[in-house]
Amino acid sequence: MENLRLHRFSVVLAFCTLILVVAGGLVTSNDAGLSVPDWPLSYGKLMPKMEGGIFYEHGHRMVATTVGFLTIILAVWLWRGERRAWLRWLGVAALGAVVAQGVLGGLTVLFLLPKPVSIAHACLAELFFSTTAAIALFTSAGWRKGPLPVDDAGTPGLRLLAVAAAAVTLAQVALGAAARHQALNIIPHVCGALAVTGMVLWVTLRVLVGHPRHAPLRRAALFLLSLACFQVFLGIAAYMSRVATADAPQPMPVMVGFTVAHVAVGALTMAASVLLAIQVFRHVRRPARELAVGGVTVTS
Amino acid sequence: MKRFWIACGALSVLLLAGCGGGKEESAKKEEAAPAPAAAPIDEANAATVTGKVSFEGTAPKMATIDMSANPACAREHSTAQKSEEVVVNGNGTLRYVFVWVKQGVPDRQWPAGAPVELDQKGCMYAPHVIGVMTGQNIEIKNNDPTNHNIHPLPRINQEWNQSQPPKGEALIKSFPREEVMIPVKCNVHPWMRSYIGVVSHPFFAVTGEDGTFTIKGLPPGNYTIEAWHEKYGTQDLPVTVAPKESKTVDFSFKG
Ligand SMILES: [Cu+2]
Repeated sequence: MENLRLHRFSVVLAFCTLILVVAGGLVTSNDAGLSVPDWPLSYGKLMPKMEGGIFYEHGHRMVATTVGFLTIILAVWLWRGERRAWLRWLGVAALGAVVAQGVLGGLTVLFLLPKPVSIAHACLAELFFSTTAAIALFTSAGWRKGPLPVDDAGTPGLRLLAVAAAAVTLAQVALGAAARHQALNIIPHVCGALAVTGMVLWVTLRVLVGHPRHAPLRRAALFLLSLACFQVFLGIAAYMSRVATADAPQPMPVMVGFTVAHVAVGALTMAASVLLAIQVFRHVRRPARELAVGGVTVTS
Repeated sequence: MKRFWIACGALSVLLLAGCGGGKEESAKKEEAAPAPAAAPIDEANAATVTGKVSFEGTAPKMATIDMSANPACAREHSTAQKSEEVVVNGNGTLRYVFVWVKQGVPDRQWPAGAPVELDQKGCMYAPHVIGVMTGQNIEIKNNDPTNHNIHPLPRINQEWNQSQPPKGEALIKSFPREEVMIPVKCNVHPWMRSYIGVVSHPFFAVTGEDGTFTIKGLPPGNYTIEAWHEKYGTQDLPVTVAPKESKTVDFSFKG
């Protein structure tokens, strides 16, 4: 019962974090990042008048504060109620990440959006979201049932492929953030999209063809595959709407909508790639050669 | 539980150590060295350059600004506010062109004029383009019932960002280095944009409703005059003026 509540709470935190990602994306797309020049207060107050860009910037700060408090609660809860030491520490790491993320957000305001800080803020956001999604998975009833081991005959190994897919996705998030904050042009991000699509197709098809009846693996693979496809479509829509409205005197809703959707589905894709990698490491046995060398298997 | 708090403590120490160093870097860059004081300005022999900036082609239709999400701004306008990116005057001239003497002005300390006003009215900058001398004060006013943030985006001068409450006290600002042009924006109202030209001498002007400009008090000599427009870029023209001479330099931008 206690475990179910903890799991539900972690799902709520993950969901609030996704909303936070949307709120952050709205700030950047509406060019509202500096509409509140002070931090941590807003216009010297806890609650300024929510008008224009201030609505997006201060709204983002409010959602962020909520997520911060929820993360504190989750970390304490895990620390007191969780038997698995590594999961207790993952809670602490999540708390550290959310505090660091808040500080990065403050630095973007005080130092007038330095590109490296803005990009780091965007990347850490997706990593934090992936962490909350992973905690939700680790506390789920399905995870508690234990692994359903399967063998992997292919080369390169499925574990390697899954980690590579998550790593390429993270790199793609960074390239997207760099394009968004004008540190790079769009070309590397477009090339990255090809790389991510290739990696995602490779790893998910390997899973779907090799283990079609393994429910946790199949679900994780289908989740990642569908998100990645949708994300490519949103990326094209975001780019086209940006080009089409380039002459507009202000950020246009069509551009803001597609861009923020692209950011949110990007976060979901990132998390899905992490969850697939976790499931692969949990269920897919190491090839025999590796076992002979003597690997340590993680069990809960 | 104890280890949890120790872990949190360690994290916060790390974070504080990580961000402690940053603040000093905003220390002011050294101000531009003052030009040497030369002989008194010879006003009796001063020349004048006048001209107009005409516009060729069809005037582009400017987009209407959507202020519906900001009732405090929308209320200030009885008719739809258009973008001021390109304003073609009734006489076929171009408004908001910054004209300045780019080359040839003797290097000396020139007297700066009175503060130049930059108002925020109906969530628009008024005027859209201004010029000041290096060090000359800009008086930024907020005539609106709404908060603004004023955020210049210079490449040479120091960037800053400051808020101004409704009908708030004027902000007095200046830029120490020559820079043509500095965009200024408000992130509360993302359509708000203006430009400030900062020049190390007083020989500049901005075209208004008749598209003309006048630059007075120039010492006799050879000069390059530049006209800058936010959409159509810059144009340079040479001019030579003799003592007390008045010359005309006309620019023309193609739409
Ligand atoms: Cu404003």
